[in-house]
Amino acid sequence: MNELLRILLTVVGVLLGVMTLAPGLIWGERRLLALWQDRCGPNRVGPFGSLQLVADMIKILTKEDWIPPFADKPVFIIAPSIIVTATLSSFAVVVFAPGIAVADLNIGVLFFLAMSAMAVYSVALGGWASNNKYALLGSIRAVGQMLSYEVFMALSLMGVVALSGSFSFGDIVEAQRDLWFCVPQCLGLAVFFIAALAETRRVPLDLPEAESELVAGYHTEYSGMKFAMFFLGEYIGVTLNAVIIVALFFGGWHGPWLPPVVWFLLKTLAVIGLFVLIRASLPRPRYDQLMEFGWKALLPLALLNLLATGAIILARGG
Amino acid sequence: MFSIIRTIWHVFLHLFAPRMTVPYPEKQRELPPRYRGRIVLTRDPDGAERCVACYLCAAACPVDCIALQAAEDVDGRRYPAFFRINFSRCIFCGFCEEACPTCAIQLTPNVEMAEYDRQYLVYEKEDLLINGVGKYHDYNFYRVSGMAIRDKDKGEAEGERPPVEVQSLLP
Repeated sequence: MNELLRILLTVVGVLLGVMTLAPGLIWGERRLLALWQDRCGPNRVGPFGSLQLVADMIKILTKEDWIPPFADKPVFIIAPSIIVTATLSSFAVVVFAPGIAVADLNIGVLFFLAMSAMAVYSVALGGWASNNKYALLGSIRAVGQMLSYEVFMALSLMGVVALSGSFSFGDIVEAQRDLWFCVPQCLGLAVFFIAALAETRRVPLDLPEAESELVAGYHTEYSGMKFAMFFLGEYIGVTLNAVIIVALFFGGWHGPWLPPVVWFLLKTLAVIGLFVLIRASLPRPRYDQLMEFGWKALLPLALLNLLATGAIILARGG
Repeated sequence: MFSIIRTIWHVFLHLFAPRMTVPYPEKQRELPPRYRGRIVLTRDPDGAERCVACYLCAAACPVDCIALQAAEDVDGRRYPAFFRINFSRCIFCGFCEEACPTCAIQLTPNVEMAEYDRQYLVYEKEDLLINGVGKYHDYNFYRVSGMAIRDKDKGEAEGERPPVEVQSLLP
C-alpha cells in the first residue's frame, strides 16, 4: 500500500512538475529574451508578470479551434497529441534524485531516443494533414532535420553509456559521483547540445517553422488548443533535453549542501537558460548548411568521440 | 566557432545593460518639443485667433483630414467659421504646420489621444483652439501684414512703408 502511494505520488509529482515547468517556460523565455534584447518583457500580470501564463492559457483556450475543411481531419487532430505524449513519456525514465523516478528502466537512454524519434511523426503528420504547401514544406524540413540529427544525437550519448556501462539514468548519474561526464565527454556534450537544438526545432535551428519563409511551418493551419499542444510539445521538449543534458553530462542530482532534487532543478533551469540565450543570440542557417554541418561535421565528430572513448576505456583495461 | 561563442557572451552581457523600453503608463518618455503629435490652433499674443482661414493647410494635407469654412468678422479679420480635423485620418506629417502662413496650426508633443469610439477622433474648432501662442511667442500676423483691419489701415503695420500712390505720376 505504502509502496503504491509512493509510486502514485512520484508519477503525479513528475507530471505536475513538468506540466508547470514547461508552460512556465513560455513566460520565462519571453522574459529572458526581453532582458537579453534590452526590453522589459511581460511584467503586467502578477508579480514580475509571472501570471502571464494564466492569461495566455485563457486566451488560447477561448480561441476558435478551427479545422480547415481541406484537412485530413482524424490525422489533423491526432498529430499534435503525439508530440506531447512522446515527449512527456520520456520523463518517465529520468531519475531526478535517488528514489524519485517513475521507472528507472535499464534501457532508459534508448527509451528517450525512441520517444524523441516518435515526435517526428507528430510534425510529419501535422504538416501532411494540413494539406497546405507551407505546412508540407515545413514538415518535410522537420522530418529531414530531425531524422538526420537524431543519428548523431544517439551516437553522442554512446560515449556516456560506454563510460558508465549502463543505459539506465540512475546508474549513469551514479557513475558521475567523482567526475561529471561533461569533462571527459565535452565533445559528446557539444554534439548532443546542437542535436538537441535541432530536435526541439529551436532558434537557430528552427527551419521547419521559419516564420520569415514558411509562415509557421508545419503548424501553419493549427489554432487554439491544437496549436497550444504543438507549442507545449516544443517546450516540454526543451525541458526534456535540458533534463537529459543535466542527467547525462552535469552530474544529475550530485552537488553539495542542497537536497538532490533542488540541485537537479537548478541545473535544469540553467541549461534551459542557455537554450534561451542561444535563441537570443544566433541567426538561422540555411537548410543546406544545416544538413552539411550535421552530416559532414557533427557525425564524424560524434564517431570520433565514440572511437576515442572506446579506445581509452580499452587502454585502461576496462 | 569562436565568433559564435563571442556573440553568445555579448548577448548575455545585455542582461546588465539599461533597458531601451520604458513601462509606458507609469513612466513617460520625454518627447522633443518639436515632436509631431496632437494638432492645435494657436492664438496671437493679443489673444485673438491666428487662423485666417486661407485653406492652405487643407490643400497641403495629403490625407484630406482638415475641413474648414472661412468667414469675416466686423473688423475685417478673416477667421474659420468651423475648423474640423479628423484625427482618425491624420498621419501627423506636419505639412499643415509648414503650409500655415500665420503660424496658427501647430503640432504638439502630446500623443495621448486614443479613443474607444472613432467619432470622438473628429476634433472641432473648440477642441483644437488653445489659449496660447504655441511655439511662436511674439508673432502677430495682422500686426506685420499689409492687410487692412478696423484699427489698422494699409501702411500702418510694423516695418511697413506707406502704400504707393499708383494713380499719381509724381515720383
